[in-house]
Amino acid sequence: MMLMNNKSVLMSLLMNDKIGSKLIGFIILASIIIALLNLFAPEGSALHVPTYIVSLLGKYLCFALLALALDLVWGYCGILSLGHGAFFALGGYAMGMYLMRQIGDRGVYGNPDLPDFMVFLDWAEMPWYWQGFDSLSFALLMVVLAPGLLSFLFGWLAFRSRVTGVYLSIITQAMTYALLQAFYMNEFGFGGNNGLTDFKDIAGFSLLADGTAVGLFLISALSLVLAYIACRFITESKFGKVLIAIRDAESRTRFMGYRVEHYKLVVFVFSAVLAGIAGALFVPQVGIINPGEFSPIKSIEIVIWVALGGRGTLYGAVIGAFIVSYGKTFFTGAFPEIWLFMLGGLFVLTTMYLPNGVVGLFGRIKANKGEAS
Amino acid sequence: MILEAKENPQSLLYLNGVTKTFDGFKAINNLSLDIAPGELRAIIGPNGAGKSTMMDIITGKTRPDEGEVKYKDVVDLTRFDEADIANMGIGRKFQKPTVVESLSVRDNLDLSLAGNRGIWQSLFFKLTGQQQQRIDEVIGIVGLTEKSGDLAANLSHGQKQWLEIGMLIIQDPEVLLVDEPAGGMTDTETMETAELLKTISKQHSVIVVEHDMDFVRALDCHVTVLHEGSVLAEGNLETVSTNPKVIEVYLGR
Repeated sequence: MMLMNNKSVLMSLLMNDKIGSKLIGFIILASIIIALLNLFAPEGSALHVPTYIVSLLGKYLCFALLALALDLVWGYCGILSLGHGAFFALGGYAMGMYLMRQIGDRGVYGNPDLPDFMVFLDWAEMPWYWQGFDSLSFALLMVVLAPGLLSFLFGWLAFRSRVTGVYLSIITQAMTYALLQAFYMNEFGFGGNNGLTDFKDIAGFSLLADGTAVGLFLISALSLVLAYIACRFITESKFGKVLIAIRDAESRTRFMGYRVEHYKLVVFVFSAVLAGIAGALFVPQVGIINPGEFSPIKSIEIVIWVALGGRGTLYGAVIGAFIVSYGKTFFTGAFPEIWLFMLGGLFVLTTMYLPNGVVGLFGRIKANKGEAS
Repeated sequence: MILEAKENPQSLLYLNGVTKTFDGFKAINNLSLDIAPGELRAIIGPNGAGKSTMMDIITGKTRPDEGEVKYKDVVDLTRFDEADIANMGIGRKFQKPTVVESLSVRDNLDLSLAGNRGIWQSLFFKLTGQQQQRIDEVIGIVGLTEKSGDLAANLSHGQKQWLEIGMLIIQDPEVLLVDEPAGGMTDTETMETAELLKTISKQHSVIVVEHDMDFVRALDCHVTVLHEGSVLAEGNLETVSTNPKVIEVYLGR
């Protein structure tokens, strides 16, 4: 009975979101095909998908998850976070710490007890906050708890004091900038400006193996799909309507009797946790996490993904993340010096001419066609 | 907190000696006001008389510097915030129509529907048939039946005013504070709105702040004139409009 009930909830969610369900279907299908083509098409054949492409696509999936997280708070609740990269990075560092501990005595210095950078800094023992990261389940808990707690504290203070709009954006930016400075310091104990790298295995599987790359890629795809469904469930519920009411008319919502700061806090923490999960999946696929992930420009890039794709739609955020990330891969390879200008230009053009992003543009073209015929 | 309130209070809203200063300017100056349960009251006064600040104080948006603000004789409203006060049964309509533009008329009313405001409940909330009916009923009362599926953003100014009034009705408050409901309306709409408020006042207490004298006349109720943050005169419209002080500061201009 319960199962049937859940099934029908899922069905009705997907029925009401045609573009979203097509996108989910496409992601599932494409991931399975890519995984099969990597593992079973012989190397050298035209059908073979090289492992580096699988990991690159896995990275895009993580970015799409991160964009989804931002769209939930920005597109639906009007909280323009310019510091979501911080939650992504914290999830990434939690995973990175676990991966560092898995290196064991295979580091450059061959020290079985300490990660290389601590040996280099002449530290006698591991700091207390590195304890427990030998265990994957503990690390996964931290992937959720670290961004969850930071966002809870930050949100509790900011929303209770009714900081909104551009002021809120500025303090989120300040938050990620402060963390950037902290993580740069060697004494902070997270590898300084080199960050954490040289990872060997995850849960006993070598990170160099094709199977591991494909596994991480599939887990990323699955996480994105599940997160999308969860976010859609939220936006379709009455809770989602309250978020929209807060975005459109915050004081009206208070006078209706809703505790605006509690609603904001819950959705902000949920979004930060999604961002953290995205970061944790990102790190083993790219093989490094460093303080650069905390830099304000990274957080602004997330905003561009969402704005370009079309905010307040969820699927727009996912599509935007894919388009811009692919563009970045392509252009930083072909014309590295102009990428940042292109990114800035794209943002300006989107804001001026595509207020509803790429998905809004397609919607408009479709509507025009409908009228013409 | 809400349970403290008595079953049959003497007064619904009681303000005594309320003062609020903004940067040295006394927006409200030793204001006293008593609204009985079930009363329809109009509050008039020139711009800057303190009408909006008074609403802000009652609804918890602004804290007074001095004075008492009591709800149902015993509840001290200065200790609560907007959401608490709304849940106690004080509804407010803004001067500028404020509805959730990107939701439909129906969804706006769904959100305002009296009931639990908790987060968990809102995630799994389903409208019951009875609640659906109530929404349809209120849509009928405010005359938006044909627009029920439209986005609130696509309503005319007057329709938005009515939607907001509908949102207040469905919140089922004990008292409605209504700030300039006739602003920007045509003469016909103004008279329809006055009728609507009179109907509402049969079941709820209503406090209306308004500039439009024809509108106040149509309401046909007790009138309080505010001037420079305090009460200048009180009585029916005929009495206050013949009061020389009122003529001097307000009506005579």
